[in-house]
Amino acid sequence: MRELSAEIIANTVKRLCIEANLRLPKDIKACIENSFDTEPWAGAKDILGKIIENYTIAENELKPICQDTGAACVFVKIGQDVHINGNLTDAINEGVRQGYKEGFLRKSIVNDPIERINTGDNTPAMIYYDIVEGDKVEITLAPKGFGSENMSRIKMLKPSDSVEGVIDFVVDTVMKAGSNPCPPIVVGVGIGGTFDKCAYLAKKALLREAQSENPVPYYAELERTLLNKINALGIGPQGFGGKTTALAVNIETMPTHIAGLPVAVNINCHVTRHVKEVI
Amino acid sequence: MEIKITLPLTKDKVKELKAGDSCLLTGVMYTGRDAAHKRLFDLIKEGKKLPLDIKDSTFYFVGPTPKKEGEAIGSAGPTTSYRMDAYSPALIALGQTGMIGKGKRNDDVIKAMKKYGAVYFGAIGGCGALLSKCIKRSEVVAYEDLGTEAIHRLEVENFPVVVVIDSYGNNLYETGKKAYLESLKEEK
Repeated sequence: MRELSAEIIANTVKRLCIEANLRLPKDIKACIENSFDTEPWAGAKDILGKIIENYTIAENELKPICQDTGAACVFVKIGQDVHINGNLTDAINEGVRQGYKEGFLRKSIVNDPIERINTGDNTPAMIYYDIVEGDKVEITLAPKGFGSENMSRIKMLKPSDSVEGVIDFVVDTVMKAGSNPCPPIVVGVGIGGTFDKCAYLAKKALLREAQSENPVPYYAELERTLLNKINALGIGPQGFGGKTTALAVNIETMPTHIAGLPVAVNINCHVTRHVKEVI
Repeated sequence: MEIKITLPLTKDKVKELKAGDSCLLTGVMYTGRDAAHKRLFDLIKEGKKLPLDIKDSTFYFVGPTPKKEGEAIGSAGPTTSYRMDAYSPALIALGQTGMIGKGKRNDDVIKAMKKYGAVYFGAIGGCGALLSKCIKRSEVVAYEDLGTEAIHRLEVENFPVVVVIDSYGNNLYETGKKAYLESLKEEK
């Protein structure tokens, strides 16, 4: 059994919080730069150029890419042969607390959805644990902005709605969101599972490299179909018109019940942040 | 070409602006988002005095990141505006002429903009590092306890915005999309 101190976890989380908010991942940058090259509408191209300028400034001047430095979503894969010395959840929250303070990141979490008093340190983190084989701990930090989170939706479709129902719901969600989630967006789609698992799949889909495709050819094709349909809507960067409404559509699926076809759409803005480290 | 505007945004300047115009704003504006708007709105409802003069004011819907030493402000891009829809008509009725944010506004806001004369500008969402460069000074003028949501007085220079909805009700979110889609038809 490998021993790992909670302090190492806290330090890693702290570093990842700062890193994620200052440096846009390579895959997202590549999507934006590719869109800049292929966008036919002049106004839209201009905005994409400004977006590139923004993340370049953020990286060079160590200033957050976006002022919404997000809810700290933390995905932890814990090898079953690791023993953590100390309280793991406390360590993650301590890492978030320190990272958001030392990185001059915005504290955006309120204590209670109705009372709404800022906790002052961006905790608690939104944590997902996954027990896996081995003796490593993998931490993915994905700060999630709420302009796009607010535009996300879930629907329990009927099996008879089939894939057409899924396509309609995803495209309709993006159309209704329009300019609100800071397009160009990344669209995370969860299909299957239960109500809660489906939403989780949609969030998990946002962690996958934007230029990767679903390993199942049928779903890779569905990702392409959805991206084409979304980019035919004409919403464009910032909603001012243009081709580039979405940078990528990522689908994650799992088995479901004979009576159901749950679909969740988690929208992310062009500042889709995720950074991973294995300890 | 960008239109250079000196704030405060008086009603005569409002009338000249059209949806789709690119503008560079210079002068004083105020920050405000969900929590500050609610407080202002509650004071208006109770008929109490507000902590700042609303006449000809421009509000920027933003909650910046904390500033480091030597910086005027942290990262400071727009937040989604529809969450202010419940409060904006009351502020427009008191003379607010400019709002800067991103995303759609509802019919009540647009009706108030047309009735009293106000403009809704869009700043590029998700570009807080870039936009912060145009903000030269920032100080809290009300509700310090709200932290990032406090009302800050900002001095800006050539702050880039686009008129999304003008005082006649024209809306770039509708016309921009339509123009792009029509350009595709022409190609075919």
